[in-house]
Amino acid sequence: MTRLIDRRMGIFLTGLFILTVALPIGNLWMEGKPVPSYAVSLMGKYLCYALLAVALDLVWGYCGILSLGHGAFFALGGYAMGMHLMREIGTRGSYANATLPDFMVFLGWQELPWFWHGFDMFWFAALMAMVVPGLLAFVFGWFAFRSRVTGVYLSIITQALTYALMLAFFRNEMGFGGNNGLTDFKDILGFPLQSDRTRVGLMVASALALAGGLLLARWVTRSRLGQVLVCVRDAESRTRFLGYRVEHYKLFIFTLSAMMAGVAGALYTPQVGIINPGEFSPANSIEIVIWVALGGRGTLVGAALGAILVAFAKTLLTGWMPEFWLFALGALFILVTIALPKGALGAIEGGLGRLRPRSTTATKEARA
Amino acid sequence: MFLRALTFMLGLWVSALPLAAQSFDDLLTRLPQGSFSDRATVVSALAATGDLRAAAVLDALGAGELHVRPSDGALLRVTGRGTNLRGTDVLTGDAVEVAPRSTEAVRVNNSLRRTVRAAMGVLTLRDPDPMRRLNAAEAAFRAPDPEQLEAIDLALDAEDDARVRAALIQARATTILRGDAPVAERVEAVETIRERSPRVVIAALAPYRADTQPEVAEAAADAVATAERTLQLWSQAQNVWFGLSLGSVLLLAAVGLAITFGVMGVINMAHGELVMLGAYTTFVVQNAIRVHAPHLFDWSLLIAAPLAFGFAGLVGVAIERGIVRHLYGRPLETLLATWGVSLILQQAVRSAFGPNNREVGNPSWMSGAFEIGQLTITWNRLWIVVFALVVFAVLMFVMRRTPIGLQMRAVTQNRAMAGNMGIRTSWVDAMTFGLGAGIAGLAGVALSQIDNVSPNLGQNYIVDSFMVVVFGGAGNIWGTLAAAFSLGIVNKFLEPYAGAVLAKIVILVAIILFIQKRPRGLFAVKGRAVEA
Repeated sequence: MTRLIDRRMGIFLTGLFILTVALPIGNLWMEGKPVPSYAVSLMGKYLCYALLAVALDLVWGYCGILSLGHGAFFALGGYAMGMHLMREIGTRGSYANATLPDFMVFLGWQELPWFWHGFDMFWFAALMAMVVPGLLAFVFGWFAFRSRVTGVYLSIITQALTYALMLAFFRNEMGFGGNNGLTDFKDILGFPLQSDRTRVGLMVASALALAGGLLLARWVTRSRLGQVLVCVRDAESRTRFLGYRVEHYKLFIFTLSAMMAGVAGALYTPQVGIINPGEFSPANSIEIVIWVALGGRGTLVGAALGAILVAFAKTLLTGWMPEFWLFALGALFILVTIALPKGALGAIEGGLGRLRPRSTTATKEARA
Repeated sequence: MFLRALTFMLGLWVSALPLAAQSFDDLLTRLPQGSFSDRATVVSALAATGDLRAAAVLDALGAGELHVRPSDGALLRVTGRGTNLRGTDVLTGDAVEVAPRSTEAVRVNNSLRRTVRAAMGVLTLRDPDPMRRLNAAEAAFRAPDPEQLEAIDLALDAEDDARVRAALIQARATTILRGDAPVAERVEAVETIRERSPRVVIAALAPYRADTQPEVAEAAADAVATAERTLQLWSQAQNVWFGLSLGSVLLLAAVGLAITFGVMGVINMAHGELVMLGAYTTFVVQNAIRVHAPHLFDWSLLIAAPLAFGFAGLVGVAIERGIVRHLYGRPLETLLATWGVSLILQQAVRSAFGPNNREVGNPSWMSGAFEIGQLTITWNRLWIVVFALVVFAVLMFVMRRTPIGLQMRAVTQNRAMAGNMGIRTSWVDAMTFGLGAGIAGLAGVALSQIDNVSPNLGQNYIVDSFMVVVFGGAGNIWGTLAAAFSLGIVNKFLEPYAGAVLAKIVILVAIILFIQKRPRGLFAVKGRAVEA
């Protein structure tokens, strides 16, 4: 058994800790505000993406399930939190209706649909942000894994799943704000969303969630169960013949991963201030895959780094040369798959390992 | 209006009888007098005279432009107001000087206007132009007036044009039905009317289902029910047609994928973008034709098709040689890399042609529609169905009957052995991929006729076409055909109940569930190849 916090994880968590301390200080307490507020929110957003990438790495990197629908779990978590934030608006909306969100008044609805009840309580929304994606993943996975849908077929039907959800959420009749989604949030737990302190608070919460998610994922993957997962990834039939109930392991990790993605979505919504059906688009879900592939699948920390890097590059490039972004992203997909099969982290550590013949446990694991 | 009045005038000299003319003049003098209901009686009587001069009078009356000059009782048609006042004698059509306030309008209300319109219909039954008589008979059919039964009978006696006769018989039937004729006659009228097309039958007979005479009510109800059943059948046929049409689009989008994914096992996420390239090729070809050789426009699609096939095929070969070749045996990586290609192609087209929709025209032989019974079929949809089937047939021929097809199948079934037999496997890979890509280009030519040509064109089809291939069973091109058409038809049958978006969602969920049941598709390839 390897240590829970190996060198790689240690370095990353230290970096994350420094960031989480430095950004708030620079934003709130230093003279002249060297860290602008938007940078704090941006960082918070990246950290949510990183958590999402860790969730995907858990299923893809360790269990070989390439989900092209993880964006759906993320968006569902986001919607759960968005529904709470909509209820929080209360009478401050344009129609000043205490119970109905603006878009429902606009559509002429008389009362709150049943699935909106309970979302006025934060704890319920937070719970739902995990339960709903988890439940969907459980049901979907139960069917899929039991009938041994694997590989590319599974990828395609997960993509169809998120596509179907996107179409569904675009409909006004669904009661989730249709095209526009949920937006115009005012505050969370009584703290105004526009204030710097709330933004910092959300960013720190995202960092904590990422650290927690990383440690949880690490704890799961280094356990006995984690070893079986890797076996499933590398030789599914053989694992089954050895007597393991492969579909149970897959189902467990798929559901856990979906719940992590839901948490990431729930933290994402208040920081960007909107959640709409576009989050379900298959393109978004595939982008998550490239974060993981770039960072290195099966490395957890690499996935988080990949997410932050790509998201950061996207912010920069779409600002400077919007035309160039898709070229860059497309080239990244091709390059990573052809030239960096182990991802950037794998390549770097592989390079280090070659310099130092006495390889560390981390590289052994990366090569496994 | 004036010309029409003049035509009637000409008819008048020929056909007017002295006796009719006598009573006609009496009626004319009575027209401006009395109440609205008196006037309605006079109008019907005027029409019943069959005198064609009445048409001009009634026309002016209906338009509210009929005036009477109190000084001599002359009927004038007065248009305009103030200094632009212009008058015409309704009987002779001569221009008449009219001083303001020297005439009084003959007033009309809505019920009188209806009477006038019906009366006009009867009068036109005598028009020398058969087309106009036909229209008048149709008008009398739609708005029957029992008082005009005699006029219709007279017209029927005099009629010798078969089509107009048929229309008059129908008009006579509705008129009898509307009036208080004996039961037997009215039931017979219902039987006459039910020979018409179902929609007309429903419109004409639906009110009589509650008739006071039970026999009539029963006959009408029966006729309406039959018509509704017929319509229902036609609407099912229409759904099937729409489904076939959608299925042909799906088939076109998916059949190339059936080669790359189904036969080679390579996930090509850039497939949709190859379709888009085909559509843009069509756009470029059409533009060139518009500028250099406008007379060739009708041929533009036939010129574009081979070019689109070639261009998309070349891009496909380039993708295979440059990227896919390095990733054989790693399907998930192939998926990601080709997704990258699709992003690049999308952005390249967006940079070159702009993000907006591009206009691709329909050649003349693809625009318009024709009808079979109650079924409306547009030419472009029909040609796309034909095109999809032709593409499919040619593809099957290539795969089954040509050396290259044989080699393709050999390589996909057993690469090593095919290599030992002297087949250049890597060359065959490139050709197979190119073939799939080229067919995507052909699909683009067809889709440019019915969809928006924009950089996002391919994105709209990628999920659908994967669904079709997976549903049909990868590796089975016939399965793709069956899957495309069955998904298309099921989709169109769901749409009336669930709406377009919900129907699509239902289909997606159904396929997801179906794959759970039969992970290898509808027509799974059996045997050892499955595990390979």
